[in-house]
Amino acid sequence: MSEAAFKVNLKPETVKAVDELIGRYPVAEAALIPALHKVQDDLGWMPAAAMDWVADKLGLPRVRVYGVTSYYTMFRRKKPGRHCLEICTNLSCSLMGAEHLRDYLCEKLGIKAGETTGDGRITLEEVECLGSCGTAPVMIVDDEYHENLTPKKVDAILSDLELRDKGSADG
Amino acid sequence: MAEKVLTARFEKLGSHRLESYERDHGYKALKQALSMKPEEVVELVKASGLRGRGGAGFPAGVKWGFVPKESEQPKYLCVNADEGEPGTFKDRYIMVLDPHAVIEGSIIACYAFGAHAAYIYVRGEFKKPQRRMESALLEARRAGYLGKNILGSGFDVDIWVHPGAGSYICGEETALIESNEGKRGMPRLKPPFPAIVGLFGGPTVVNNVETLAYVPHVINRGPEWFIGLGSEKNGGTKLFGVSGHVKKPGLYELPMGTPLREIIYAVCGGIRGDKKLKAVIPGGSSTPVLKPDQIDVNMDFDSLAGIGSMFGSGGIIVMDETTCMVRAAARLAKFYAHESCGQCTPCREGTPWIAKILSRIEGGHGREGDLELILDICDNIQGNTVCPAGDACAMPVRAFILQFRTEFEEHIEKKKCPIGRFPAPW
Ligand SMILES: Cc1cc2nc3c(=O)[nH]c(=O)nc-3n(C[C@H](O)[C@H](O)[C@H](O)COP(=O)(O)O)c2cc1C
Ligand code: SF4
Ligand code: FES
Repeated sequence: MSEAAFKVNLKPETVKAVDELIGRYPVAEAALIPALHKVQDDLGWMPAAAMDWVADKLGLPRVRVYGVTSYYTMFRRKKPGRHCLEICTNLSCSLMGAEHLRDYLCEKLGIKAGETTGDGRITLEEVECLGSCGTAPVMIVDDEYHENLTPKKVDAILSDLELRDKGSADG
Repeated sequence: MAEKVLTARFEKLGSHRLESYERDHGYKALKQALSMKPEEVVELVKASGLRGRGGAGFPAGVKWGFVPKESEQPKYLCVNADEGEPGTFKDRYIMVLDPHAVIEGSIIACYAFGAHAAYIYVRGEFKKPQRRMESALLEARRAGYLGKNILGSGFDVDIWVHPGAGSYICGEETALIESNEGKRGMPRLKPPFPAIVGLFGGPTVVNNVETLAYVPHVINRGPEWFIGLGSEKNGGTKLFGVSGHVKKPGLYELPMGTPLREIIYAVCGGIRGDKKLKAVIPGGSSTPVLKPDQIDVNMDFDSLAGIGSMFGSGGIIVMDETTCMVRAAARLAKFYAHESCGQCTPCREGTPWIAKILSRIEGGHGREGDLELILDICDNIQGNTVCPAGDACAMPVRAFILQFRTEFEEHIEKKKCPIGRFPAPW
């Protein structure tokens, strides 16, 4: 689907959550980042139409919202694969083998960090310190932390994702 | 075994629930504080000398005392739970395992300097800590610790979680305030300091999670007890996060002033594979690296400053003899280059140059004069930027070069890395 044709169709609970967020601040604009999170959690990414929706909701110029989404790394301006793997390669993780794991993942998935597999299933990203250095190496898989990683654990994570995808396709 | 304070409840089943917290005398300190005058609470925390656990070590009571008593603008507390400094991983554990300690400390802080609202700025990636804080806040609200007229005291206060979205610089207090207001995380020029003009233009205190979690204990047990756990200027215990090449990495609560050697060799079991120690970053990636002959230092703010490094956030990164120092420095420089908010030229332009030159030295393409060039860039960054993030890159890079100069020179002379990549531990 082209981005321009994207229609925002948010779940009612997302809209309710955004309304509730606005009430937490003396000015609606302060709810911007939490609201963008709610919208992205719902849609899986941040298409332009979604940013426009948030801008209108908070009464902000659209360009204010674009400026914020482009500043923060967690807002996904490109539609990611069904699953997002974010591997930390900052110092503590790299000391424990994170660079080798990143290369291993690239090889297994046949992509470079920052890319999505051809079947649109998996996006791999290299990220900065995740605040979990004592259990390095660390990777976020669809919002969940996975710690003390080894190639074996990475294999298990990948086959688990495959099972989940099969399950959802069958059922 | 030294006394555990912040981690004392960590291993209890359901430690994050209000019921469990109350069973362990939770919210007793709040009741005590509400029976005192706000300025008495400030004085008590001042007397303890409790220093900020976010990195700079500024005394919390003194900071609260800077907030004007009378203010036309509402005052705010921002709880710094951004935890972005590489090597640091402590606030996450407090939020997951003892969220009510953070809430109780935050309410007491609000009462002490007269704020009626607080935001807990939790880094965006920390979904579980966010959920834990949210449900603890809900429990506290239901129990009457938050909201209007809390515990019948006439004092109103509310607290919310505010998620970040992936930006290291938002840990810096003024960038955090900008981000809390819904803007890009660009640090503000100081003065005015947040205590005068902060969130939404009102007087604001920014305190770290660990600092605030300590507050109820200080109220319950008094300043003398707190000082007795450590020393006069460095009281209390501290959460140390040890990562890298030790046998037992992890989070440890130890008295302030515990010698670094003891932490590495006794607490963490020594270096993995009994290899030789090569270097230690004592307090998060921005703190200057130490050599093995410096590890008899006591881990407190003043002792580390005394040997030209910094105590920082308590994130200790240990590197053994298999570690290439150029590669380590290059990786950290890449991080700072990536995180620069871009508003000061020396930081925006200087940090990517440092990263680029270090990575070419590591790759065997270093040139004569490269080290002087990097040191010159460091000099041009340090002290010339809006926020301390420029220094946070310049200081550790300079320390890596000065402490391990021959290793850097060898890379340039031999036109290759004599050590290689960080080895895989499996
Ligand atoms: C670049 C930069 C990043 C920072 N990141 C954090 C952080 O993640 N968490 C934190 O508590 N303080 C961080 N700080 C320190 C804060 O600016 C501030 O000093 C601290 O939150 C004050 O709390 P405290 O007095 O309780 O330590 C950072 C500072 C700088 C310059
Ligand atoms: S020093 Fe760097 S991070 Fe700090 S304000 Fe300047 S450009 Fe931004
Ligand atoms: S370095 Fe990877 S989590 Fe901190």
